[in-house]
Amino acid sequence: MGAKAGIAVFAPVHWTGIFLSEKGEEMELQGKSVFGGVAIGRISIYKKKDNVVKRTKVDDVDAELERFEKARVKAQEQLAGLHDKAMKEVGEAEAAVFEVHQMFLDDLDLIEQVQNIVKNESINAEYAVARTGDNMSEMFANMDDEYMRGRAADVLDVCNRVVSVLQGAGDTGFTATEPSILLADDLAPSETVQLDKSLVLSFVTRHGSTSSHTAILARTMGIPALISVDYPEDADGKMGIVDGTEGKIIIDPDSATIEVYKKKLEKELEKKKMLQELKDKPTETIDGHSIHLYSNIGGVGDVASVLENGSEGVGLFRSEFLYLESSDFPSEETQFKAYRTVLENMAGKKVIIRTLDIGADKQVDYLNLGDEENPALGYRAIRICLTQQDIFKTQLRALLRASYYGNLGIMFPMIISVDEVHQIKDILAEVKKELDDAGVQYKDPEIGIMVETPAAVLLSEELGKEVDFFSIGTNDLTQYTLAIDRQNAKLENINDPHHPAVLRAIQMTIENGHKGGAWVGICGELGADTTLTETFLRMGVDELSVSPGRTLSVRDAVRKVDLSK
Amino acid sequence: MKEFNYTITDPEGIHARPAGLFVKQAAGFPCAVTIIKDGKEADAKRILGVMGLGVKQGQEITIRTDGDQEAEAAEALEKFFKENL
Repeated sequence: MGAKAGIAVFAPVHWTGIFLSEKGEEMELQGKSVFGGVAIGRISIYKKKDNVVKRTKVDDVDAELERFEKARVKAQEQLAGLHDKAMKEVGEAEAAVFEVHQMFLDDLDLIEQVQNIVKNESINAEYAVARTGDNMSEMFANMDDEYMRGRAADVLDVCNRVVSVLQGAGDTGFTATEPSILLADDLAPSETVQLDKSLVLSFVTRHGSTSSHTAILARTMGIPALISVDYPEDADGKMGIVDGTEGKIIIDPDSATIEVYKKKLEKELEKKKMLQELKDKPTETIDGHSIHLYSNIGGVGDVASVLENGSEGVGLFRSEFLYLESSDFPSEETQFKAYRTVLENMAGKKVIIRTLDIGADKQVDYLNLGDEENPALGYRAIRICLTQQDIFKTQLRALLRASYYGNLGIMFPMIISVDEVHQIKDILAEVKKELDDAGVQYKDPEIGIMVETPAAVLLSEELGKEVDFFSIGTNDLTQYTLAIDRQNAKLENINDPHHPAVLRAIQMTIENGHKGGAWVGICGELGADTTLTETFLRMGVDELSVSPGRTLSVRDAVRKVDLSK
Repeated sequence: MKEFNYTITDPEGIHARPAGLFVKQAAGFPCAVTIIKDGKEADAKRILGVMGLGVKQGQEITIRTDGDQEAEAAEALEKFFKENL
């Protein structure tokens, strides 16, 4: 859906003289940016339902309680329908909120409070529900946690839904008929899901937070969005420009401003167009030879940009962040959740996770590594894992458990011998047996190694028989092959990643890997170097893994190569 | 009566989804289930009350089960917390 909505941002390119303010009195309002980009179009203010609830006495309390119960059941049905709709349109994460709403509506505190108000005051159900909503949302609004304060809106939303059912109210809301900039106080999830998203160019809200549902939706759709903008009500129907990157909205822009933004938008459009064009194309040469083009990522949050850029998988997921961001060893559970999230979000696409690659140059206090004279050649990565096996086993258990949720590959860094691979396999087998005994489900992930030491290159034929894949880490491989410290500025002029020795090492690794039966990829910086793309393809590389932002330029390079020539 | 303590490790604390799952589990047992944080108690079968405690990462809670199947309930809920929170 991101793609479709993304195009919509640029659809209304019909701004012409007719949109210009007659008086030329443009108004610029500053807000907080939720998502960048430019949108130009008509402003449409979202009209909230008129939720004036009258308080009226009722004679038949039991009948009123019955009315409430019927409305509650009806509201539950609506929520179930919205959940299904959201699942199809925006995915599970966005849909989950409706499950939560359904649970709120089943909550006995809420139900009893409504019933008590009706009974004790012989009052109408609408009023009782509205007051209960106020009471309960106030409880959340007063909590000292931003997430919980955000839930106040959910409680109100649920209660308003029941009130609407009781009132038999019709539809209001977003009335635009052309793609427009949507201004609102704040939007409840049930409101955003009902929007015709092809008509929304941008979201601008008075309230809400960067973690509100509207903000999340804007990011999913990839359209500019702002919060904390106190817009005037008379902006409705006027021309507007949203600059999501600068966090501002311009109402009634004059012609000079429009010209500036017109150019900005055109540039974005061009970039986006190239992206759209290449996004869903295969990574294939002119003569039909295709390779896998994956992404390097360093955290769960990077998955969005992987998908946005049309990457085919994750070729290197550095697990270090889990260790660097915490004050103690990350638990199996914490790791499992992070890995599972990435696997689920990648929905069956390949995800290769590299086990702990930490050493004296990336210190974490609780590991007590101490200072080393020569950290690049020191106690690091797989050397730590094979010595302190409890750390390694925890990570492997988390990985195997997560493997059940997608297409996982596990990759081991800093390998220098076949014996290390044997040790790894033994430990992996032990962990699998523990999981089998505990009845925990997992899939059999592909296993591979980083080829980043000259030793691994020289042994690549033997190593290729042991594993499913190689991934060549060109940064370290260059450093170790040329014996050049890559941090040393004085050596920069001779630190040449195109050095023939490095390229020959890569070629050897690819050939030997294939002989042994392993597929071979490149995940170092060199993989994204488009001046070498053809060279790598001719060497027979099977995969390139690059940072998400480089995906399309590398795909473009591959698609221009003709190996038959 | 059975009781156990648990310290929340989930960075988001007891947020809406796990709260919902927890409440569903608790509601599956006939015994009374109470969740206690800093002396404040809530009926674990009611989601708004549970969320109202605002339990965050690193905070300790006590779960008390009392009545029919209290042992099974305590066991199942402890397992739930370890796996989900």
